[in-house]
Amino acid sequence: MGLELNELLDMAKRCRRNIVEMTSAANAGHPGGSLSAIDILCALYGTRLRVDVSNPQWADRDRFIMSKGHASPGMYSILHERGFLSSEDIMTFRELGSPCQGHVDMKWCPGVDFSAGSLGMGLSFGLGVALAARMQGSERTAWVMLGDGELQEGQIWEGAMAATHLEVGNLKVFVDRNGIQNDDFVTSQMRIFDVAEKFTAFGWTVKEIDGHDMQQICDAIAWADSIDDGPCCIVAHTVKGKGVSFMENNPSFHGMAANPEELIVAREELS
Amino acid sequence: MSGISTPGASRDGYGAALLRLSEDSRVVVLEADLGKSTKSCHFRDKFPERTVCLGIAEQNMMLVAAGMATSGYVPFASTFAIFTERGFEQIRNGIARPNIPVHICGSHGGIHTGTDGSSAQSIEDLSIYRTLPNLTVIHPCDDYSAEELTVQLLNHAQPSYTRTVRNKVPRTYTADSVTNLRIGKGSVLREGGDVAIIACGVMVHEAVVAAEVLSQQGVEATVVDMHTLKPLDEELIASLAAKCGAFVTAEDHSIIGGLGGAVAEVLSSTHPAPLERIGVSDRFGESGGADELLEMLSMKSSDISGAAVRSIARK
Repeated sequence: MGLELNELLDMAKRCRRNIVEMTSAANAGHPGGSLSAIDILCALYGTRLRVDVSNPQWADRDRFIMSKGHASPGMYSILHERGFLSSEDIMTFRELGSPCQGHVDMKWCPGVDFSAGSLGMGLSFGLGVALAARMQGSERTAWVMLGDGELQEGQIWEGAMAATHLEVGNLKVFVDRNGIQNDDFVTSQMRIFDVAEKFTAFGWTVKEIDGHDMQQICDAIAWADSIDDGPCCIVAHTVKGKGVSFMENNPSFHGMAANPEELIVAREELS
Repeated sequence: MSGISTPGASRDGYGAALLRLSEDSRVVVLEADLGKSTKSCHFRDKFPERTVCLGIAEQNMMLVAAGMATSGYVPFASTFAIFTERGFEQIRNGIARPNIPVHICGSHGGIHTGTDGSSAQSIEDLSIYRTLPNLTVIHPCDDYSAEELTVQLLNHAQPSYTRTVRNKVPRTYTADSVTNLRIGKGSVLREGGDVAIIACGVMVHEAVVAAEVLSQQGVEATVVDMHTLKPLDEELIASLAAKCGAFVTAEDHSIIGGLGGAVAEVLSSTHPAPLERIGVSDRFGESGGADELLEMLSMKSSDISGAAVRSIARK
């Protein structure tokens, strides 16, 4: 797609508006983790991922695996930008029969490659996808997004260990390090300490960035593409609820939508 | 690598099937350290480039398999039956829910596993996997049928769980007769009009012996190898309800929720008939020889024939 920086910034703003609108309309969903992840999604879908809206099941497409599946509003907003979903589709979020299920689901939504919703599974799935691509001699790449709270799941580290052991060079991970999980701040629930150090200790090549600096994100994607001898991880430091003042760094908006009064404020801030 | 154990253990059939399936380049094998036990080791030795060893990490293995299955491969992933259960939610959410054709094999199922003791004796796997939509659940009775049914999974468009066992048992099938088996269709081994004995796994042989003893007493039993617990052959059960009017189920598994539970569900909702369930009562196993344990837990052929008499008396 190859969008320019200013186009990516505009896209991110439209996505943020849609995230707030669709969760508010549903009076449910997870705006906080969608807003923290959306700049990364825009950079990936706007500059890097080879996908085909006219053929969502194209065998050699790159795969994006949203492991933190509750960030579905973020996914639906970016899939709308790429033409997989209409503006009407995304406003049916969480309704009966909607392609926009509560958590992203490959059986319901075109452009979704992994049925998420239970944390800790996406890295392993991405590893399988990456292994398959390597065995088939394909250049397609598996990009996985993990939440930071999700790193508390043991399966993540099973997958991290296996990815190094198997030396998969086509597996790229973003950690959305927003510091908040369902109940409260990550530091209060289960400290995960230095994420970059942990992945480094597991043998990964690691880079830390500001996950809201579009240029840094684009540079990090190019950096990840340059690594082909093993898995790499980009720890993106982000702000939960980024872009909406009352949602920023507020654990309440992990899984709560803006009410009608709040929606008015959010619309103004994102205009 | 260990050698192929004595013919008759269903895990050997699984290992043999993987070798036959190797002709299809889509087939990949995943292991979680126990390939020597599940018998996927034979495939690994010949096709290391299509074998993924994932260490002692079953949850990861389930999702790696799912990822590969969405990328053009047909994965066969195995570990002990009990350790597949560690990845139950991965199977539920990552495989069954999106209906991804991953074929899972849990070996060393049941108390027949023996001296390893209760930690290794899965007696609930068939029950829990039977509750998952989209998942086919298979439990063959010998090596030939395990091989045949595993080979048939190649073109099975849905995910599956197959339970195999560690120890040899007398073969039920020949190399010829086994080719008549079909996933989802119960296999009638013996015809009789007084009672229907529906069995799976190592209990099929016990059921056949029980039927022979019953026949000497003037009681004729139909014996079914119900190798597929899901989808269950309800048509066959309905016909046996009409023909025999009394049932016994026999399984090396808890009597709660497994084959006995499945047959009870069909009978109670469509064709009410007396049913006696032979299996592990609501308890865990312990260390011991396979036959010693079957005897201690009242799961021998004599227990099946006794149950048949009780079931007939309740008609």
